[in-house]
Amino acid sequence: MAEAASVAAESLAGSRARAARTVLGQVVLPGEELLLPEQEDAEGPGGAVERPLSLNAGARSRVRVVCGPGLRRCGDRLLVTKCGRLRHKEPGSGSGGGVYWVDSQQKRYVPVKGDHVIGIVTAKSGDIFKVDVGGSEPASLSYLSFEGATKRNRPNVQVGDLIYGQFVVANKDMEPEMVCIDSCGRANGMGVIGQDGLLFKVTLGLIRKLLAPDCEIIQEVGKLYPLEIVFGMNGRIWVKAKTIQQTLILANILEACEHMTSDQRKQIFSRLAES
Amino acid sequence: MKETPLSNCERRFLLRAIEEKKRLDGRQTYDYRNIRISFGTDYGCCIVELGKTRVLGQVSCELVSPKLNRATEGILFFNLELSQMAAPAFEPGRQSDLLVKLNRLLERCLRNSKCIDTESLCVVAGEKVWQIRVDLHLLNHDGNIIDAASIAAIVALCHFRRPDVSVQGDEVTLYTPEERDPVPLSIHHMPICVSFAFFQQGTYLLVDPNEREECVMDGLLVIAMNKHREICTIQSSGGIMLLKDQVLRCSKIAGVKVAEITELILKALENDQKVRKEGGKFGFAESIANQRITAFKMEKAPIDTSDVEEKAEEIIAEAEPPSEVVSTPVLWTPGTAQIGEGVENSWGDLEDSEKEDDEGGGDEAIILDSIKMDTGVEVSDIGSQDAPIILSDSEEEEMIILEPDKNPKKIRTQTTSAKQEKAPSKKPVKRRKKKRAAN
Repeated sequence: MAEAASVAAESLAGSRARAARTVLGQVVLPGEELLLPEQEDAEGPGGAVERPLSLNAGARSRVRVVCGPGLRRCGDRLLVTKCGRLRHKEPGSGSGGGVYWVDSQQKRYVPVKGDHVIGIVTAKSGDIFKVDVGGSEPASLSYLSFEGATKRNRPNVQVGDLIYGQFVVANKDMEPEMVCIDSCGRANGMGVIGQDGLLFKVTLGLIRKLLAPDCEIIQEVGKLYPLEIVFGMNGRIWVKAKTIQQTLILANILEACEHMTSDQRKQIFSRLAES
Repeated sequence: MKETPLSNCERRFLLRAIEEKKRLDGRQTYDYRNIRISFGTDYGCCIVELGKTRVLGQVSCELVSPKLNRATEGILFFNLELSQMAAPAFEPGRQSDLLVKLNRLLERCLRNSKCIDTESLCVVAGEKVWQIRVDLHLLNHDGNIIDAASIAAIVALCHFRRPDVSVQGDEVTLYTPEERDPVPLSIHHMPICVSFAFFQQGTYLLVDPNEREECVMDGLLVIAMNKHREICTIQSSGGIMLLKDQVLRCSKIAGVKVAEITELILKALENDQKVRKEGGKFGFAESIANQRITAFKMEKAPIDTSDVEEKAEEIIAEAEPPSEVVSTPVLWTPGTAQIGEGVENSWGDLEDSEKEDDEGGGDEAIILDSIKMDTGVEVSDIGSQDAPIILSDSEEEEMIILEPDKNPKKIRTQTTSAKQEKAPSKKPVKRRKKKRAAN
C-alpha cells in the first residue's frame, strides 16, 4: 500500500513517465514524459526505493541522445510535444545514444534550418527576392546566392518562378533566409526550376516517406516513365514528364500514395505499365 | 495569412492542359465532381461536399412582425460565411469582395426566384409571420463555392420543418414538436447555380472549376436554373466578352446538369426521410464511412485465436454454475421488460399500478405507446407483479427470448407500428400513461 501511495503521489497528473524504449513505434500524445534508457534503473517502481550511495556519484556514463522533432528536453526526461509515433535510430558509429523523434502528420510547414524546399518568387526588391515557402513569412533570397552569380552577372529569376534552395536561417524570431548554393559554393541541384512541369502540394509526412533512402514508390515510378521530379520538404512536389497526360498521371499517383496500401499501389502500377 | 501565389509554371501547365482538354483530376470538360449530401440530426441541417469543397447549411425559424409594406409575407434571410478554416487566405477582415459577391448572388438566386412561398409563412396578417433564416458556412474551399452553397441552401430548406401553428379566431397556438409533427416549408421549385469558367478569352470553357482552375480563369459565368429549365439568375464576371451562342450553349448544359443534381437531391432527401421513419440512426456521425483507410480505426490486437474453443470449453467446464442472482426477465407489456431490481422509482406521484415499474432495466427498453393501444393491454394490468409474467406468444415479429440461465441481454423488439419513443423523454410518456388510464 505504501508503494501504491507513493506512486500516486509521484504522478499527480495521472500519467506515469514511461521508458522510451517500451513505447517505440507506438502512438504518444503531447504531455507525456519519457525516460531515457539509463534513467530507468534509477527510477524503479516508485521512486521511493532507496538506492545504495556510491562514492563517485557523478561518474554515471553520460550518453548523448539527440532530441528530434516533436520532443523536448524537460529536466532529464523527454517531453512529447506532438502526437504521433515514437521512433528511434541507433547511432551509426561512435558514442551517442542515437536519435529519438516523433513521426507526426502535418500539412502546414514550419521552416527548419537545412531543409531543402521549393519556393515561389513573389517579389523582387533591390538585391533580394522574396520567396513564398508555405510558412508564416516569405523567405528572403539574395541574388548572390546562386552559383556563378556576381554583381555584374545577375541570375535570371522572374516573379513567379520556382526555386529549389535550402534554409540557412530559420527560427521563430527572424525572417527565414534561403540560398541556392551549398557550403562549397556549388549549386548541387539547387536554383531555378525549369519552365514546364506541374507543382502540387502533399502532406509533409508523405514527402518524408518518399525521400526515405529505400522508398519503393520512387523506384516503381521511375520504371514507368522517364521523368524529372523535385521534392520540397515544405510539401511541394514538382514533376515533369514527356507529355501532359503522363505528368497528370504521376501527380495523381503521388497524391494517392498517401492513402494506399502497398498492394493497391502495386496493382495500379502494373495496370499502368500494361497500358 | 497571404494566399499562396500561383507560379508561372503552374499557370502555363494548366492552360496547356486545358487546351488539350485535360483537367487536373481527370474529369471531362462538362463533368461535375462528386456531390455528397449528408444530413444532421436536426431538421434543416445538412453538409454538401462538392469534391473537397464543403458547405454546411442550417435553417432556423422565428416568429416576428412582418415588414410594413409586406404585411402578409414571411421574411427570408440568407447569410453565407467564409470560415477561416476554409482556406489560409480567409481572415476575419480580408475577404469582403468575394463575400459580398457570393452573398448577393445567393440572394438573387433564392429570393428573387420566389422558390419559397412566403405567403404560406404568414401566421397573423400584419402581426406575426415566420422569419426563415438560412446560414451557410464554407468549411473547405476547393473551388466553386457558389454551386455548393446554392445546393446546400436549397437542400437545407427542403429538409427543414417548422413548428405547426393553428389560428382559431384570435387565438394562435404554436405546437411544440412533441405535440404535433413539424411541417415542411412550401417550396415551389429548386434553383441551383451552375458555374462555367472561361479560359483564353472565351475559347475554352470548363464546368465546375476547382481551386487551381479558378486561379487561372479569365471569367466566370453563373447560371441559376431549376429543373423546369427556367433561368432564375444569370451573372457573368471577369469582364470577358461572351458570344450569344456561347451563352445559349451554357444554358443548355446547365439544364442537363441541374436535372441531374435535382435528382440527386431528391434521392438524398428521400433516403433521409426513410431512415428517420424506420427509426434507424441518422445524423452526421452515421454518414462517415467506416471502412476507409482515412477513418479512425484501431488495429486489431494480436491475439492468437486458434485454440479459443478448447479454452472456452475448459473454462466453462471448470467454472462454477452462476449464482442465483441472475433473475428472470419480467415482461410488463410487449416491449417493456425488467431485468434486475433497479433503483427506487423517482418518478414522483404515479398511479399505484405503475409503482412497480422499477425502471432499473427500463432504461434500456424501448417503450411503445401505440402497441399498448393496439393490443388492448390495460395499464392497470401491470399492477401486482409479484409473480413473473411468462412470455406469451408474442404479437411482434421478432423478439429475442432470453434464457433464464444465460446472462441477461437487452431486449430489442421490432414492431410493425410506427410510433416509438425512447425512455429518456420521461415527461411526455408520463402524460400519456395518465391519459390512457383515465379512459
